[in-house]
Order: sequence, then C-alpha cells, then structure tokens
Amino acid sequence: MAQIFHRSTNFISRLSIYGAVVIIGALGYALYAIAMSPWYTDQNVKRQQPVPFSHRHHAGELGIDCRYCHTSVEKSSFAGVPPTQTCMTCHSQIWTNASMLEPVRASYRDDKSIEWIRVNALPDFVYFDHSIHVAKGVGCTTCHGQIAEMPLTERAGTLYMSWCLECHRQPEKYVRPKSEVFNPYYEPPSAGEQLKMGKKLVAEYNIKSLQTCSTCHR
Amino acid sequence: MEYSKLRTDLIPGVFGARGNTRSARSLARGVTVACLGTVALLLFGCRLDMHVQPKYLPYEPTDFFADGRSERQPVPGTVARGQLRLDELMFTGRENGVVVDKFPFPITRADLDRGRERYNVYCTPCHDYTGTGRGMIVQRGFPQPPSYHIQRLRDAPAGHFYEVMTNGFGAMYSYAARVEPADRWRIAAYIRVLQLARNSKIDDVPESERGKLTQQSAQQPSGQSMGQSR
Ligand code: HEC
Ligand code: HEC
Ligand code: HEC
Ligand code: HEC
Ligand code: HEC
Ligand code: HEC
Repeated sequence: MAQIFHRSTNFISRLSIYGAVVIIGALGYALYAIAMSPWYTDQNVKRQQPVPFSHRHHAGELGIDCRYCHTSVEKSSFAGVPPTQTCMTCHSQIWTNASMLEPVRASYRDDKSIEWIRVNALPDFVYFDHSIHVAKGVGCTTCHGQIAEMPLTERAGTLYMSWCLECHRQPEKYVRPKSEVFNPYYEPPSAGEQLKMGKKLVAEYNIKSLQTCSTCHR
Repeated sequence: MEYSKLRTDLIPGVFGARGNTRSARSLARGVTVACLGTVALLLFGCRLDMHVQPKYLPYEPTDFFADGRSERQPVPGTVARGQLRLDELMFTGRENGVVVDKFPFPITRADLDRGRERYNVYCTPCHDYTGTGRGMIVQRGFPQPPSYHIQRLRDAPAGHFYEVMTNGFGAMYSYAARVEPADRWRIAAYIRVLQLARNSKIDDVPESERGKLTQQSAQQPSGQSMGQSR
C-alpha cells in the first residue's frame, strides 16, 4: 500500500509538535500577563471620586496624620473612610466656596452619606485585619504605596494571595519600627540593613509567620 | 447655610455600589478572558457566590434603608454594654455641674506619652506641636486659636480642656467621635505638660538633673527657654 502521507509532511508534523508547545506556552504567558495587568488587578489605576480628595495635599503637604481621618485603623479590622464631619472640621472655615467641595457641604446639609469609590477590596471570603498589622510594625505605605504623592488614590498592590504570602513568609523583609508606621515618607534601609533590623524587630515584636489557611480564610 | 453650627451626629461615609469592588468587576473581566481564551468550559465553573456573600461589611451601602447605610444608629436612649456613663467627672469634666481642675484617674508617665501621641495626631494641625496655635491649617487660613500659654488658659481647670474637646468650642469642632474619653484626659494632661515646659524655672528641675540642662543650654546659642527646645 502506498504511503498516505508524502515525505514532505514530516516537516509539518514536526512543526505542529513544536508549534503546539510554543502556542501553549504563549497562551499561558498571555493569561499570566493578563492576570497581572492593571486591567485585571486595578493596580495603579486612579479612581474618580465624588470629591477629588487628594492625599498628596492633605497627608503630604499639610502633614495630617492618617489617624486624623482613618480613626479606627489601630483598633479594628477596617480603616474606614472619614465621616463628613471630619472634612467639615476644616472645610467649614477654609475653601468654603470651592465648587469641588460642594458634595461635602451637601452631605452635611442634607444628612446624606458621601459615596466614595472603593479602591482596595478583597473578596468576601478573605479575612483581613488592619489593627494587627499596624500593631506589629507594618507601615501603611508598605501595602498602600506612596500615598502622600497621590492626587487621587490608587491601589498599590495586586492584593492577590501571593502578595499577602510574600510578606507572611518573610515579615523581616518588610517590618519597620512602630514609631514609623504612620510616616508616609519612611524610607526602608538598604536590603542588607533591612534584614538585620527586620530580624531584630521580628524578635522584639514577637511577629509570627502566619501561613495556615485559616488565618485568612475563616 | 451656617456651617459653624456644631453638630454632634456624624454622617458616615459609605463605599459606593458593589459593582465597583474588584471582586465583582474583575471577575466579570475574568469571564471575558476565559471566553477569549476559548476555555469555555471554565465559564460553567465561574460563580460569584463566595466573592460577594450576602452579608454587610463595614461601610457597605444598602438599598434596604432610605439613607443607604447598612450601619444603623442605635435607638435613642440605648445604652450599650460597658457604655453607661454615670461617672460625671470622667465623662463631662464636671463635679456637681462645676468644671473642676482634677483628673478622674492618676496620670502616669505612660498616660503622658499616650497623651502626646494623641495630641500630635488630632490637635497639631491647628494648635501646633508646642501649643502656640500656629499649626499648618492655620497657616492656610483657618482662624487662629489662642495660645495655650496665655494666662487665661494656664489658669483654666483641666475639665475645661476636656469640655472643649468633647463639645467643641467656637470654630473648633468636637473631637468626641475621634478621641475616647480617657484619651481626652490624657491630652489635657499633656497640654499641662506643654504649659509647664513654657513656664518653668531652673528650680523646678530636680537637683540631680540640672547638670544635664546646663550642658544642653551651653550647646545652644542663646538662652532659649525649655519650651522652645522642641
Ligand atoms: C483629611 C483626611 C484624610 C487623611 C489625613 C488621610 N486620608 Fe486616606 N482617605 C481619606 C478619604 C476621604 C478617602 C476616600 C477617598 C479616596 O479613596 O481617595 C481615603 C482613602 C484612603 C485609602 C483607599 C481606601 C479604599 O477605598 O480602598 C487608603 C489606602 C488611604 N486613604 C490611606 C491613607 C493613609 C496611609 C494616610 C496617612 C498617610 C491617609 N490615608 C490619610 C481621607 C484621609
Ligand atoms: C485638618 C484640616 C483638613 C481636613 C480635615 C480636610 N481638609 Fe481638605 N483642605 C485643607 C486645606 C488647608 C486645603 C487647602 C490647601 C491650600 O490652601 O493649598 C484643603 C483643600 C481641599 C480640596 C481642594 C484642594 C485640592 O487641590 O485638593 C479638596 C477637594 C479637599 N480639601 C477635600 C477634603 C475632603 C473631602 C475632606 C474630608 C475627607 C477634607 N478635605 C478634610 C484642610 C483639610
Ligand atoms: C498589610 C497590608 C496593609 C497595611 C499595613 C495597611 N493596609 Fe489598608 N488595606 C489593606 C487591604 C488588603 C485593604 C482592603 C481590605 C478589604 O477589602 O477588606 C485595605 C483597605 C484600606 C482602606 C479602605 C477602607 C477599609 O478599611 O477597608 C483604608 C482607608 C486603608 N486601608 C487605610 C490604611 C491606613 C491608614 C493604614 C496605616 C495605618 C493601612 N491602611 C495599612 C492592606 C493594608
Ligand atoms: C508587609 C507585610 C504583610 C502583608 C503584605 C500582609 N500581612 Fe498579614 N500580617 C503581617 C504581620 C507582621 C502579621 C502579624 C503576625 C503576628 O501575629 O505575629 C500579620 C497578621 C495577619 C493576620 C492575623 C490577624 C489575627 O487576628 O490573627 C491576618 C488575618 C492577616 N495578616 C491577613 C492578611 C491578608 C489577607 C493580607 C493580604 C491582603 C496580608 N495579611 C498581607 C504582615 C503582612
Ligand atoms: C495571608 C492570607 C492568606 C492565607 C494564609 C491564605 N490565603 Fe488563600 N487567599 C488570600 C487572598 C487575599 C485571596 C484572594 C485573592 C484574589 O483576590 O484573587 C485568596 C484566595 C484563595 C483562593 C482562590 C479562590 C478564588 O475563587 O479565587 C483559594 C482556593 C485559596 N485562597 C486557598 C488557600 C489555601 C488552601 C490556603 C492555605 C494553604 C490559603 N488560601 C491561605 C489570602 C490568604
Ligand atoms: C481644625 C483646627 C483645630 C484643631 C484640629 C483643634 N483645634 Fe482647638 N481650637 C481651634 C480654634 C479655631 C479655636 C478657637 C475657637 C474660638 O475661639 O472660636 C480653638 C480653641 C481651643 C481651646 C481654647 C478654648 C478657650 O477657652 O479659648 C482649646 C483648649 C483647644 N482648642 C484644644 C484643642 C485640643 C485638645 C485639640 C485636639 C483634640 C484641638 N483643640 C484641635 C482649632 C482647632
């Protein structure tokens, strides 16, 4: 019986084998790239807020402490957005005619909540707690980035599980002295110094490396 | 509308509608990706049940109540456990209706440190670190508060500072929602420290510590008072 395939098709069969490897690899890479892209993770994407609130202005230039507005961050799982009254402690007297602050005044006048657009959000099956991180020397900027430089707030990390675990596996790479937790301009020392200081702080603050699933999925 | 009127009720902020959270939005995008990737099978496995659970997290909006807040105010007159406020001095700064110069608990070094920390967070934007009333917000046009070092405020009873923080004073809003009663007393104690630091004489320093001070002032050019050394 004559051969079904001509000799020249050997090339096509080899090409399709290697081609399949390449295509599957490329597809895998494309999916990974999409999963890590800001389009999917929202990392570094600015959100338009009802009031163009600027951390650069308030936390940076004016030097207002995070806790002045995010009052509950040391005591509870959530940091919270400030109530309208907090804005009005200052804006009842300054910039009282600015039209960009009209939603704040309207909220105060009509007893209506300002609806902020959420920037950082975890799925509901994840448990996260601010107070423990703040109490153990993890600074706001470690997770939220250079917030004092942001005219509009954006997300600084992917908030993937791998992102959390990166630190939970080796907290010594990220911890800082407790006195610097709220400092938006804190600069970590060079990698070697950080490890030395980190090991000391991990021992001093008794920081555990929490990796069991029930830490975050409870 | 007159905004300087003090309001004690808070208007909480909320986070806007659910569609804005990453979980829902990005999952929708994930579905698109899955389609594009021709892995149509995955689509059948994609459900949002666990990402968006039927429960309210703090600050989540609701359409069930007219004001859109899932956090409800307690019925007026409700007293939560541990929140019964019978101690007049602790919660009003008064005894028998009179403002008194007393603290409801003994002030220790730890209380003063806590007081300084709280003061630096909540008061320095206007009153500045030494209490002269030239904070950053005042430099940007906020009415200037009086210095803590004027005679009237040096003579003022501790309860007065507590009252100002609790109820607000003139252009200054109440800090009751942000600073707990015990911390308000600690701030009041720290204001006393600031006042003392501005008006102390070398005789006030224990004999054993004086050496250090004279050393320090030798290093500083002119005879600055202790209060300014911050
Ligand atoms: C003057 C008040 C004020 C101060 C001070 C302030 N914030 Fe905020 N913060 C806000 C408001 C209002 C929002 C909501 C609007 C937004 O997202 O920009 C917010 C939002 C945020 C968010 C995003 C919340 C989300 O939606 O996920 C982060 C993170 C944050 N702040 C961190 C900080 C840190 C860190 C500091 C201290 C360096 C700080 N803030 C100081 C008022 C303040
Ligand atoms: C401790 C005082 C203080 C508080 C609290 C405060 N602000 Fe401001 N804000 C200022 C000052 C001062 C300026 C003007 C700065 C200047 O003169 O350059 C300002 C300016 C602004 C501006 C316009 C200027 C700009 O470019 O950003 C907006 C919008 C604003 N604030 C929103 C808010 C909102 C919303 C809140 C409540 C979450 C708030 N502020 C709370 C002090 C405050
Ligand atoms: C370990 C990382 C980490 C640190 C440190 C951290 N945050 Fe967050 N923050 C998050 C995550 C994750 C979320 C999203 C939480 C969610 O969706 O439940 C968040 C959410 C927020 C929000 C939105 C409202 C809320 O409570 O969910 C604010 C405001 C905020 N952070 C402010 C701060 C401030 C201020 C500090 C410093 C005192 C801080 N964060 C420190 C990780 C961190
Ligand atoms: C930069 C470092 C860092 C990052 C990022 C981080 N954590 Fe943590 N986390 C810590 C440290 C440190 C502790 C304290 C461990 C201990 O108890 O000693 C901790 C503790 C916790 C706890 C224990 C709280 C309790 O009450 O037992 C939870 C839950 C948690 N983290 C969740 C998360 C989640 C979810 C994320 C990601 C969104 C995250 N963490 C990201 C450093 C980090
Ligand atoms: C430090 C906190 C932390 C720990 C510990 C942790 N996770 Fe997660 N996990 C997360 C976060 C945050 C997410 C959400 C990631 C996202 O938004 O894509 C997640 C997502 C997941 C998901 C994906 C669910 C989905 O539908 O996307 C699975 C499955 C999961 N975790 C399983 C585990 C298991 C199994 C363990 C124990 C070996 C574990 N996790 C330990 C934080 C944690
Ligand atoms: C937003 C700016 C601002 C902040 C922040 C602020 N104050 Fe004031 N404070 C003022 C102004 C303005 C006055 C003067 C009010 C008047 O006479 O109308 C004042 C007055 C006072 C007075 C003097 C009352 C009198 O008898 O004359 C005291 C005491 C005081 N503040 C304490 C505090 C304490 C304690 C804090 C921190 C918890 C604080 N303030 C935070 C603006 C501020």
